[in-house]
Amino acid sequence: MSFLAKYIGQKVRRTEDPRLIQGIGHYVDDIKLADTLHVVILRSTHAHAKINSIDLEAAKSSPGVVAVYTGKDVEGRVGFVPCAAALPDLKVPKYPVLAQGKVIFVGQPVAAIVATDKYKARDAADLIDIDYDPLDVVTDPEAAVQADSSVIHEEFGTNIAFHHSAGTGDIEAAFKQADRIVSEKLYHQRLAPVALEPRGVLAHYLPGEQQMTLWSSTQIPHLMRTQVALMLGINENRLRVIAPEVGGGFGSKLNVYAEEALLGWISMQLKKPVKWIESRRENMTSTIHGRSQSGTVEMAVKNDGTLLGLKYQVIADMGAYLQLLTPAIPTLTGLMLSGCYKIPAISMQCTGVFTNRMSTDAYRGAGRPEATYLVERIMDCVALELKMDPVELRRKNFPKPEEFPFATATGLFYDSGDYEKSLARALEMSDYQKLRAEQSEARKQGRYLGIGVSTYVEICAMGPSIALPAGGWESATVRVEPTGKVTVMTGISPHGQGEETSFAQIVGDMLGVDMDDVLVIHGDTSIVQYGIGTFGSRGLAVGGAALACALDKVVAKARKLAAHILQTDESSLTFENGRFVGAPNDSSITIQEIAQAAHTAHNIPPDFEPGLVATHFFEPKNFTFPFGSHLRGRGRQGDRRGQGASIYRR
Amino acid sequence: MITGNFDYFAPSNVEEAIKLLNEYGDDCKIISGGHSLVPVLKLRLASPAVLIDIGRIKGLKGISFEGGTIVIGTNTTHAEIARSAELKKHCPLLVETAGQIGDQQVRNRGTIGGSLTHADPAADWPAAVLALDADIIVKGKGSVRTIKATDFFVDIMTSAVKSNEIVTEIRITKPAQPQAAAYLKVPQAASGFAVVGVAAQLTLKDGRCEKVAIGITGLGPKAYRASTSENALIGNTLDAATISAAAEKADTEAVDTMEDIHASGEFRRNLTRVYTKRAIMAAMSRA
Ligand SMILES: Cc1cc2nc3c(=O)[nH]c(=O)nc-3n(C[C@H](O)[C@H](O)[C@H](O)COP(=O)(O)OP(=O)(O)OC[C@H]3O[C@@H](n4cnc5c(N)ncnc54)[C@H](O)[C@@H]3O)c2cc1C
Repeated sequence: MSFLAKYIGQKVRRTEDPRLIQGIGHYVDDIKLADTLHVVILRSTHAHAKINSIDLEAAKSSPGVVAVYTGKDVEGRVGFVPCAAALPDLKVPKYPVLAQGKVIFVGQPVAAIVATDKYKARDAADLIDIDYDPLDVVTDPEAAVQADSSVIHEEFGTNIAFHHSAGTGDIEAAFKQADRIVSEKLYHQRLAPVALEPRGVLAHYLPGEQQMTLWSSTQIPHLMRTQVALMLGINENRLRVIAPEVGGGFGSKLNVYAEEALLGWISMQLKKPVKWIESRRENMTSTIHGRSQSGTVEMAVKNDGTLLGLKYQVIADMGAYLQLLTPAIPTLTGLMLSGCYKIPAISMQCTGVFTNRMSTDAYRGAGRPEATYLVERIMDCVALELKMDPVELRRKNFPKPEEFPFATATGLFYDSGDYEKSLARALEMSDYQKLRAEQSEARKQGRYLGIGVSTYVEICAMGPSIALPAGGWESATVRVEPTGKVTVMTGISPHGQGEETSFAQIVGDMLGVDMDDVLVIHGDTSIVQYGIGTFGSRGLAVGGAALACALDKVVAKARKLAAHILQTDESSLTFENGRFVGAPNDSSITIQEIAQAAHTAHNIPPDFEPGLVATHFFEPKNFTFPFGSHLRGRGRQGDRRGQGASIYRR
Repeated sequence: MITGNFDYFAPSNVEEAIKLLNEYGDDCKIISGGHSLVPVLKLRLASPAVLIDIGRIKGLKGISFEGGTIVIGTNTTHAEIARSAELKKHCPLLVETAGQIGDQQVRNRGTIGGSLTHADPAADWPAAVLALDADIIVKGKGSVRTIKATDFFVDIMTSAVKSNEIVTEIRITKPAQPQAAAYLKVPQAASGFAVVGVAAQLTLKDGRCEKVAIGITGLGPKAYRASTSENALIGNTLDAATISAAAEKADTEAVDTMEDIHASGEFRRNLTRVYTKRAIMAAMSRA
C-alpha cells in the first residue's frame, strides 16, 4: 500500500495532553461512584514475624467503620497472588492477599479496614493491635544462601527459589585458551519504582448482574482480568477491568497485586463500590522493586583483545514472594550477556533467592540494563588490563554489518545493526581524540578527567509469544463508523507513551483521514478485544504493527466495495489519500463514502459482509534490537563537564 | 498519608493565638508554613488535636529596619528573605542561607520562625542566626521574652520556645560593612537539608580579625557556635595557616554527632572542619 506521510514522522501535538495538563483527565482516584466505601490497608511493620494475635475490636467499633478483614477471612476464598513465570524446579510460595499467621516483608498487607471515608478508615487502622513475634530477618541475598540463614518459606527448607543456567558455546575451552581472565564483582542495587500516580483500585460488584468492574492503575488490563477472575473464582467475561488514565508505570504496574483481588472480594462481600489509593509510603514498601543482583562477571580474552568467553555467576534477589514475572527478570539479563560483541561462549549461572523484602520484578528495562552495565563494565576492565583503548576493544569485537542477522551465544538473533557506525558518530561528535589529549594533559597537571564510553544493544518489542508466559502478540481492531470516523481498539495499554496520538497518526496516513477523526480506545476489557498490554518497549512495535495489519484488512475490504460501486475491478484501483482512484471513467470514491455504503448496505456485492471493521492479532517473528553509543568526558571542578554524545537507533 | 483528626483555628492576632495555646495546652500545635509540621502529621509522628494557623496574623510577616537592627517577622518565608535587596546589602548571610534551603516550593512556604522553632538538627537557619548573634522574640500570656540564639537550640527537635509561647520576630544587629560572610553547606541529595552547614560572619580590619561568629548545623543534635575556632581567629591576621588551624577545631563543641545513611559521625566531623575553613576563606574573599 502506498500512502502519504502527512502525519507519521511529523511533529504533531499529543492529543492526550490537553486533558492531562488541565487536570481534567480521569485517574482511578478521579472516578467517583455513589456509596463508595474506602479501604485502608494495615501493613506489616516487621520484615519477618509470627502473628500471635490481631485485636480488631476497637477498630470495628470506630466511627464509620463498616468492616475489617484479616487473613482468616480471605483464606480459601481469595486465590493467591499469581506468578506467571515458569522455570524448571521453580519454588513458588503461596502468596495470600492478606497475611496468614506470618509476615515476611515490611509492607505486607495484614488487615483491610473498610469505612465510609478514607480518613475514618485510616484512624481505625491505628486502633488495631497486632501481637508480633519477630523472627530472624534475611535482607542480604548473599546471606540468604548461607547455611546459617533463617529460612523464610519453611515448606521449602531453603531460601533458594531456583537455579537457572543460560548460554551456549564451549565455555571451559574458551577459558582454557584465554591469555587472560578479567573478573569483577558487581552489585545492582535495589530500586523502588515511583510512578507519579501511585497504584489504586476501585472495585464495583453488581450482585444482580453478577458482574464486576475493576478500575486499576495498570499496564495490563486484560492479563489482570484473567488473573483476578481466577483469584476470585468468577468467570473472566463477568469481570471488566478498566485502566483509566495511568500516571506512569515503568514496569511496576505490569503486575497483579494483592490489592486488586482483595478489593474485588470486599466489593462482593459488601455489595458496594470500594476504593483503595496507594500512599507514597505504600508505594515504596508494597509495589515491586527493581534490580537487586549481585554477581561476578569473568571475561576470557586474548592479548590482542579478542573476546573468547563470558561467565556470569549471580545471585538474584526475588524478595519475599514471587510476583507476576519476578523470576523471569534475571533470565532477561542472561539473554543480553553478549552485549553488542562477538563472544563465542557465554555461561550464566543464576541463583534466585528469597529475602525478607518486597518482591522484585520488572522495572525499567527489567534485567536488561543489568546486562548492559555488567558487559560494559567488564569491557572497561578488560581494556584497562590489556592497556587498550576501550573504544578499540569494543570496535574489535563488534559483529560487522554484513554479519547480521547475528546469532549470539545466548540464543538470540540480532536482526540488524551497525555498531561501528553509531560509535564512529559519537566519537566524531565528542571529538574523542581531543578529549583523550586533554585527559593526558590534565593528568600531567595532577587533575583527573574521566572519559566514559559505552556501546549497547537492547532487546525490545516483547516479543514473540514463545518468550512470554501469556503470549507476546498484540491485537487491534479498526472500525470505520457510518460517518467515516475511525475507532481503534488496541490491546496495548498506554500510560504516558502517547499512542492515542501515534496510532491516530498511523490511521491518518494509512486511511487518508484527518487525525482528529480517529479515536483510539484502550484499557477497557469490555470494549477492547483481548490484548497483552504495554511493557517491554512493545506498544508501537507490536501494537502498532497489529494496527497496520488491521488497517490493511479494512482497506482491502473497502477496495472490494469501491470496485463494486465504481463498476471496475479491484486491481485497477489505487487508494491514495483517502480516495480510491483509477476507475476507467475517472470516477472515484472516498473512504468515508465507502463506510457509509458499507453500513447502509443498499449497494453491495452479493458476497459482501456489511460494515467496515477489521481485527488483527499480530505475532512478531523476533524481538527488535536497537543499539547505540554513549560517550562522556567529565572532569573535576570546571573541566569539560558533560562533553560528549549519545547516538542511538531505535 | 493521612493525618489524624484535628480542629483548626486561624486567629487574626497574636493575643488570640496565645489564648488558644493556653486553652488547649499540649494538645495543640502552631502551624506556619507547614513544611515541617505537615509531614510529621502525615506520618502520624504527632497527632495534635488542635492546629493554630498563624499565617493570617498581620504583622508577623516581613522584613523591616529599626535603626541598626534588622527585624524579621516569624512568618517571613525563606523565599522572601532570599530575594530581599535590602538584606542583600545589610545582611547577605541571611540571603545566602535562605537561597540554599530545600527547593523553590519549600522556600515559598517554609518560614524562618517555623524552621527555628522546629530545631531540626539539619536545618540551615540555626547556623545563620548563631553566626549573626540574633535575638529571637517570644510572646506568652502577658510576657515577652528575648532568647539569644546561643540559648535557643536545646536539643534535637527541641527549641527554648515553650508550648504556650509563640515566636514573633527575629532581631539582628546589622553587621559591620564591608560584609565578610558566607554560608556553605553539604546538602543531602534528596531534600537539600544540611549534612553539615557552616555560617561565618567576620569583621576584618587591616587583614586582622576583629570579630567573628561561626554557626554550625548538621554535625550535632543541635546547632552550635564554634567558639574554639572563633577564639583561634580573633585578634589574629588571617593567613592560611591561622585559618586552617582554627578550622581544625570547628567540631570541638560537638560532643555527640548525628549519624545516618548520608554520613557517619566521623565524616561529618571532617566535613565540619573542611567547610569551616572554606566558609572563612569565602567570607574573607567577599569583604
Ligand atoms: C522537601 C523539603 C525539603 C526541605 N529542605 C530543607 C533544607 O534544605 N534546609 C532547611 O533548613 N529546611 C528544609 N526543609 C524544612 C523547611 O525549611 C521548613 O519549612 C521549615 O523547617 C519549617 O517552617 P514552616 O513555616 O514550614 O513551619 P511549620 O511546619 O509550620 O512548623 C514547624 C514547627 O514550628 C512550630 N512553629 C511554627 N511557627 C511558630 C511560631 N511562630 N511560634 C512557635 N512555634 C512555631 C510548629 O508548631 C511546628 O512545630 C525542607 C522541607 C521539605 C518539606
